[in-house]
Amino acid sequence: MAEHSQTAAELEPEAIEAVEADDEVEGTREISATELKGITESLIFVADEPIDSKSIAKVLRVDQSAVDEAIQSLVEDYSERSGGLQLREIAAGWQISTRPEHHEHVRAYLKSKPSAKLSLASLETLAVIAYKQPVTVPEILEIRGVQSPSAIKTLLDKRLIVAKGRKETVGRPMMYGTSKEFLIQFGLKDLSELPSIEDFQDLAGGSAE
Amino acid sequence: MTDESPTVESPKTADPKTPSAPSISVAGAAPAIAPDHETDQLKVTLGEFEGPLDLLLYLIRQDQINIYDIPVARITDEYLRYLKVMEELDLALAGDFLVTAAQLVELKSRMLLPRDPLAVGDEIEDPRKELVDRLLEHEKFKAAAQMLWSRATVEQAVFTRAELETDKNNPEVAVGLFDLLTVFQKILARHKEEVLMEIEREEVTMAEMIERLRNMIRSAGELNLVTFFERAQSRRELVVAFLSVLELVRMAEISLTQPETFGEITARAVTPA
Repeated sequence: MAEHSQTAAELEPEAIEAVEADDEVEGTREISATELKGITESLIFVADEPIDSKSIAKVLRVDQSAVDEAIQSLVEDYSERSGGLQLREIAAGWQISTRPEHHEHVRAYLKSKPSAKLSLASLETLAVIAYKQPVTVPEILEIRGVQSPSAIKTLLDKRLIVAKGRKETVGRPMMYGTSKEFLIQFGLKDLSELPSIEDFQDLAGGSAE
Repeated sequence: MTDESPTVESPKTADPKTPSAPSISVAGAAPAIAPDHETDQLKVTLGEFEGPLDLLLYLIRQDQINIYDIPVARITDEYLRYLKVMEELDLALAGDFLVTAAQLVELKSRMLLPRDPLAVGDEIEDPRKELVDRLLEHEKFKAAAQMLWSRATVEQAVFTRAELETDKNNPEVAVGLFDLLTVFQKILARHKEEVLMEIEREEVTMAEMIERLRNMIRSAGELNLVTFFERAQSRRELVVAFLSVLELVRMAEISLTQPETFGEITARAVTPA
């Protein structure tokens, strides 16, 4: 804009107003709390992946804290209403989905079958990767006691794990870690939501005696 | 977590060939023999004994042995007997099973050796400790795998909205190395056809190329990698360009996104969070 190169003194009063109005659009726009809540819900609904409050705030040009408040209020609404939908935090974002207890009917309508489950070998490999990441193939072998090349390939194909560079050790083996898709498919907010691996200790040691 | 678990029907009727199949919760959890129609052979699933540690754990459980006090001689015998059975079934034994067998035999012989009479108190280390630790560690991850399985089951009962037309435009799909290589190969192939006469020119170093990439991304905000690669004047320069993209990704300076499979890849500067 040409006006910006001029000093304020040179500008006509109307022009100054125009500039100010312009600034207002670029800065924070006035959206009422109720409106913001509605818009936030709409955006979470149309997003094809869990969306975080930062992205919403960026689109609406409002403070992220305002969006966070709107989301909290929405979460309360959803749990109070206990309708067919739920609003959950997943993979560091928010997502609207059906409630699991209605799965039978939803599935009947969609004529969908539960998709193929991962094999036990793949799940074990995934568990090792999730807890030990970044982890190399030899390290996985050490824990599982068995080679897992096909499991790793399956997990890579399903985009549940990603390569995380190479380890600076003999042979520079590839390191693997879990992906965002992993969080989504296992309904996790973030990795810290996984139960601690030590919690499985009692399970493992206890049943032995 | 458990209170929101839905009742999930077991896939009992899924396979008509095994009408009496128990409600197996995890694929491959129980041993099974099934015909493989492609090769006309019988396929044996070892079930829980997918690896040697699984087999050892099974033997320990079966005999209700305290895992902290394993009778090594007995377990080794049972383990070897099991391997024999597998051999008779004509299963190609994975090397991992044999490695563990050797370790067990070694452990057995170490248990037979008299303890060092000069060692005192804490210095006496149970030779079985390493194996026990490995078994316990392995079992923890088996339990973790079960946890993941039940989480995935709950998630499969949750549905999000159906796909919208605009979803394909969402660039938030991470690009893998193979996507990148595919783009690179396409350009390399095109380049081969185009360059007929190569004129001596100054060679671009990696550092210069990285700088060029940085500048291009900085000035435009984002950069189509095809555009970037196509600026390369020679095959060598193209390789340097490719390496510099990998380098900046490795240093987490840029991120790559690909709106659709085999589509164009866009590079963006990573804004520090």
